[in-house]
Amino acid sequence: MAKQITTMDGNTAVAHVAYRVNEVCAIFPITPSSTMAELADEWAVSGIKNIWGNVPVVQEMQSEGGAAGAVHGALQAGGLTTTFTASQGLLLMIPNMFKIAGELTSTVFHVAARSVATQALSIFGDHSDVMAVRTTGFALLSSGSVQEAHDSALIAQVATLQSRIPFVHFFDGFRTSHEINTLTLLSDADIRAMIDDEFVRAHRSRALNPEHPFIRGTAQNPDTFFQTRETVNPFYAKLPGIVRSTMDVFAKLTGRQYHLFDYEGPADAERVVILMGSGAETARETAATLQRLGEKVGVLQVRLFRPFSATHLLAALPETCRALAVLEQTKEPGATGEPLYLDVIESLAQALSRGERPAMPKVVGGRYGLSSKDFSPAMAKAVFDELKKPAPKNSFTVGITDDVSHSSLEVDPNYSIEPADVVRAVFYGLGSDGTVGANKNSVKIIAEDAGLYAQGYFVYDSHKSGAQTVSHLRFGPRPIHSPYLIRSANFVGCHQFQFLERLDILSLATPGATFLLNSPYGPDEIWDHLPRSVQQQIIAKKLRFFVIDATKVAQEVGLKKRTNTVLQTCFFALSGVLPREEAIAHIKKSIQKTYESKGEEVVQQNFRAVDETLSRLHEVKVPAKVTNRFDRPPSVPANAPEFVRLVTARMFEGRGDQIPVSLMPVDGTFPSGTAAWEKRNIADEVPVWKPDLCVQCGQCSFVCPHSVIRAKYYHESRLESAPHDFQSAPVNARGYPDVRFTLQFYIEDCTGCGLCVESCPEHSAVDPGVKAINLKPKAPLVETGRANIAFFERLPVNDRARVDFANVRGVQFLEPLFEFSGACAGCGETPYLKLLSQLFGDRMMIANATGCSSIYGANLPVTPWSKNGEGRGPAWSNSLFEDDAEFGLGFRLAADKHRDLAVNLLRSLSSELGEDFITAILTAPQIQESEIRAQRIRVAELKTKLLKLAGRNDAGRDLLSVVDHLVRRSIWIVGGDGWAYDIGYGGLDHVLATGRDVNILVLDTEVYSNTGGQASKATPLGAVAKFAAAGKRVARKDLALQAIAYGNVYVAQVAMGANPQQTLQAFREAEAYEGPSLILAYSHCIAHGFDLRYGMKQQDLAVACGYWPLFRYIPAMRKIGESPFRLDSPRPTIPLKDYAYNELRYYALALTQPDEAAELLRRAQADVEEKYRTYEEFANLRGGPTPAQVTTAVAKAFEVSK
Amino acid sequence: MNLATSYLGLSLKTPVVAGASPLTGDLDNVRHLEDLGAGAVVLPSIFEEQIEQENQLIEHMDTIGIDSYPEALTYFPARGSYHIGPGRYLEVLRKAALAVDIPIVASLNGTTDHGWVKYARQVEEAGADALELNIYLIPTDLDLPGHEVERRYITILNAVKQAVSIPVAVKLSPYFSSIGYMATQLVEVGANGLVLFNRFYEPDIDLAQLTLLPNLELSTAAEIRLPLLWIGALSGRVQTSLAASTGVETADEVIKYLLAGADVVMTTSALLRHGVGHMKVLVDGLKSWLAARELDTLDRVRGRLSQHNIADPAVFARANYIRVLQSYQSNT
Repeated sequence: MAKQITTMDGNTAVAHVAYRVNEVCAIFPITPSSTMAELADEWAVSGIKNIWGNVPVVQEMQSEGGAAGAVHGALQAGGLTTTFTASQGLLLMIPNMFKIAGELTSTVFHVAARSVATQALSIFGDHSDVMAVRTTGFALLSSGSVQEAHDSALIAQVATLQSRIPFVHFFDGFRTSHEINTLTLLSDADIRAMIDDEFVRAHRSRALNPEHPFIRGTAQNPDTFFQTRETVNPFYAKLPGIVRSTMDVFAKLTGRQYHLFDYEGPADAERVVILMGSGAETARETAATLQRLGEKVGVLQVRLFRPFSATHLLAALPETCRALAVLEQTKEPGATGEPLYLDVIESLAQALSRGERPAMPKVVGGRYGLSSKDFSPAMAKAVFDELKKPAPKNSFTVGITDDVSHSSLEVDPNYSIEPADVVRAVFYGLGSDGTVGANKNSVKIIAEDAGLYAQGYFVYDSHKSGAQTVSHLRFGPRPIHSPYLIRSANFVGCHQFQFLERLDILSLATPGATFLLNSPYGPDEIWDHLPRSVQQQIIAKKLRFFVIDATKVAQEVGLKKRTNTVLQTCFFALSGVLPREEAIAHIKKSIQKTYESKGEEVVQQNFRAVDETLSRLHEVKVPAKVTNRFDRPPSVPANAPEFVRLVTARMFEGRGDQIPVSLMPVDGTFPSGTAAWEKRNIADEVPVWKPDLCVQCGQCSFVCPHSVIRAKYYHESRLESAPHDFQSAPVNARGYPDVRFTLQFYIEDCTGCGLCVESCPEHSAVDPGVKAINLKPKAPLVETGRANIAFFERLPVNDRARVDFANVRGVQFLEPLFEFSGACAGCGETPYLKLLSQLFGDRMMIANATGCSSIYGANLPVTPWSKNGEGRGPAWSNSLFEDDAEFGLGFRLAADKHRDLAVNLLRSLSSELGEDFITAILTAPQIQESEIRAQRIRVAELKTKLLKLAGRNDAGRDLLSVVDHLVRRSIWIVGGDGWAYDIGYGGLDHVLATGRDVNILVLDTEVYSNTGGQASKATPLGAVAKFAAAGKRVARKDLALQAIAYGNVYVAQVAMGANPQQTLQAFREAEAYEGPSLILAYSHCIAHGFDLRYGMKQQDLAVACGYWPLFRYIPAMRKIGESPFRLDSPRPTIPLKDYAYNELRYYALALTQPDEAAELLRRAQADVEEKYRTYEEFANLRGGPTPAQVTTAVAKAFEVSK
Repeated sequence: MNLATSYLGLSLKTPVVAGASPLTGDLDNVRHLEDLGAGAVVLPSIFEEQIEQENQLIEHMDTIGIDSYPEALTYFPARGSYHIGPGRYLEVLRKAALAVDIPIVASLNGTTDHGWVKYARQVEEAGADALELNIYLIPTDLDLPGHEVERRYITILNAVKQAVSIPVAVKLSPYFSSIGYMATQLVEVGANGLVLFNRFYEPDIDLAQLTLLPNLELSTAAEIRLPLLWIGALSGRVQTSLAASTGVETADEVIKYLLAGADVVMTTSALLRHGVGHMKVLVDGLKSWLAARELDTLDRVRGRLSQHNIADPAVFARANYIRVLQSYQSNT
């Protein structure tokens, strides 16, 4: 059978095999492994079969811990079972992994290896997760490329079935999991040939079976546990041999030979680098270059790390080796070295002691590539060079500048080993312009249609809106084993003109390279619009320079902002990777294939784009001299704080790799509010105010997801020094004739989402379509906008004690302490967080579950949680995904303890401080803002007194350390539905049950938004989501009713877009309630599949159709004989369909499975009606529902939706 | 009583036809209409423009936010594409054709040449007994001469006739300089029937919001005069089937159209207003009228008052106009 050559990423390559050799997949999303689980689910829904001709069962679980439990159970029941995970997910599986291994159970866990969160979370790749499970008894098999990962997925499966030892098969997160490379696909016949069904039947025969029962999972005692633990040794002893023979059989079948330890280099090598994963490819390429120069260097790649076979290691390692470096992508603080280093040392020492080796080589360990830090040939060379030294550095680092411990090796930044016959192209684009999609397509065309080899790797932004992308593509005549970023590109495409002013686009261009610029300026005028440094580089590097107005071409042919086809055509026309005519034919064929299902018009639009491109692409005659004086402006102004200038700014500029260790905080602590320094300017259109139409209602600033709409009122005399264009209006309130009102837009921070315009209630009576806020092109507004903002910021912040917190109009005058986050344009979550920060920000602590809100809340380079002019603001932290409720409860426990301590210390100092003063502090009410302000004054006075006492009084010093707790602290636990309904539900439930004064805000998008829209238990009936590709079959969990069942929990369900006043009321009531509070906040989301500009309108429809009733359960109401259950929204006025089918998540099913969709919609409508009836009944019960009534209601609602 | 008639070469048990509307897109309604005496059912139009627009909208919705953020490179399961096509319509057509004995007429509203032809072929394959071309062309382009508009109708019909073998009717607008000439041209190209007339949806203005309101006003019996005129003028003079459409609220309008010469009478607004059960009211009303006059077939009614058959054909032209004016003056 002919080999099938294809292109895919590592995740797909692994899932392709794993799906075919299993019967059960228990899954849970976690980056970067989620794709494997998503594919398994999609394939199962599509009816794709495994090699035994049946469709595997794919079950999403509530956490990785749950997935591991389900895997364990399925294995014990005899199923061939797998799971896919990474990082914290793998750590959550550890308890079950010990069990599975202890019971000698065959399984393979496929892991896209990723950093474990320490001082910070990182989604990127290293081996710290797999190193954390090396004691579980699982075998650890490592892959270093897409092809290897594909092949090893099968080798691991074969070996686990034969050996009974479970496997973790791991490959590098992102670098391998997300790299697209040319691959020889294993056919189902190949896979079938490798699996011996006798071992499958043996696996089943060991399963629990009441027909011949036994007991497994006993509790053992000191007399026998130890011996039993040692029984497994022979199985581990055999495993290296089994893996070795499996690799040999695999080689006979496929021609691809692997070994437990693959050595490549001269037999008489003197210097050898040992490592695992994709870094081995880089090291091998580098070593090969050095070998050609006569250096005796080799690379030893470890594949089977556990069980570690010293015998095989020694057999592979040349005896001539004098110096060894063991490189690792993990860090084990406090150890004498990282794990692989210690294994190598031990193996060599044992061999030496046994006389099997004549001498001990110098062995050093080093760390590289933590969190996907690029590992380049220059770094590999630095390691080889280090080994030449008489005393090479041990425990070194490579790839960073460590000016604290001085561990780092010097790296030559100009060292390159890229072969001349490989086309290396780098493209700078935006997520929204289709650059990445086009490049993935180019890889496919070149590798699958044109018969060359291709590699694509994509670097993304840390922002979810206006994200920049950098695509690194290699094309060549041989397989590409270069898993590192391109540093010398012979083609650079800049798909967004404005990038020239922000990034050093040409730094990667090699001399003589081709530079393609998407430019609004033609070939004759472009030169005058280039920053000086760009001109300099074009001349100095003798670049061939081409321009095309791709944006205009795309618009003319109807493709709007998607310039992908135009720029892809340019690349093929200029790069020479294929003959031009052949390339155009391939592109058109690909267009037909990609777009034919989207309609003839889309195909024709793209064809027109291709045809138009070639006549609109122009070479620029490069002048001999640099002519311009202007250059890229500094990324932050000179008056920015030192940390922002030295650290944050470098990250803005894409130079974070160059920041030395000494500048980084030691414990993960970063300053608040640095987002304000990053003026991203991502919106083409921004809101413009019409003061004459505005009624100053505050709706626009209330819904603004990015806090770019600010309001102030002030005495009119302040306008005397205002800029000419500064806008204001008389304040819309009686009795203040001298007071002006200004609505200020921070246009450089605006994403242009349009939510404000849609929320504005005021229309012009004479100009059709004109409102009090309208979107206008930004470019002409930037300069005046800056001056206006500067003036606006000099206006005094309105006194919180004088602002009416009780209505939306008043809230606009409260300073937001959450601003300019990188959340999606039009995000439905962030308006709630901004509101929290306005209401309670100067005294709140936030425990934030991992997810969207932790990412846009603290993904470097910036921090959007900020401080007010007094230096106060939200104190924010993220622990994990699963423990947020507990983490936040911890805040409360410590706060309560320290408040008690402060009270006691205060009382003990009565003679020094005065009884009346102490009583005033301890009895002060602290509900209204004016009361809080008054207490702050007392505490400030107390601090002054204590400072005077401090020198002579320990109690005074102690009190100073906890005195801040005398101002009522607001504890908020924030997270998404994935946390609240699934992985963190147990903890959330427990925290509610404690009765402690914590406030829980669930930003309910009804999916795992951050990992790309996987279903959670909050996902509604009938909606399509990842892991629910055929539409969710059960209704969402009614978390509110479950909390209400406690009776003492304040519960509110809110939707800002439907009733902002109710949202505001619920937030204030929850915070004031001295017990646990739970707010479920409807949050429209990009994963719902509609234009978020209409997000608030969708929220309104969600309430209008009864899908999302608004209510508050106020326990305190019982005390006054009122029903605690307040239903705040009217009976449904529209059918569910009128809301749901505006969103692709629902509509998608109607398109693909109309009958199923209709049935699910019918059930969902019935569910809505039943639920509303239940809530109405609750609202009418004088004492509110009893727990039993609530439980019945939950069960009934579930029954209806079935 | 024999209400049988022939339309587009098809035999119909009654001359009352359910016109294209959302009601006829429901299989249960189609069955019910047959039971209530409908002679045929015209399914709702396939709107090519809508299909293309929805495709682009879905493409937009499906690609929002993709390839931007490393943890979420997509937001929906990759289950191929969410293709909007006539698939669901064709499914209803397929089922309807199997479920009822009366003819099922598909309706098509295209925008591009390839669209008209592609979808015409698809409805034929799906089992439609006939096809109605709902040519909805509002020539707002001030540079477009009238003969170009007429040529467009002819071109579309010609292309569709080349592509399918089922009978094809053309639903016309009344806004031609010479409807009679237009009708004969269409018949020459092969129109098996003409449907008089198409109603264009004319927008209203919302005075509060200062926006155009694209809402639909259902037709009333007061609107039958124009189609009645032209059915009468064409009946017996063009060799094709004639269907009257617009304003069929009661059996009176059915009878009037038949008297003017319609082979079938289509009702849409009345069904939307009163529900599909209204079909029985129309059919029974026709039967009662015929019974009261002891007429047992339609042949004795159809075209009795057409221009072709009446003694003084001039009443269909200017003389009629003068008479109308005079009667108006005498009444005031």
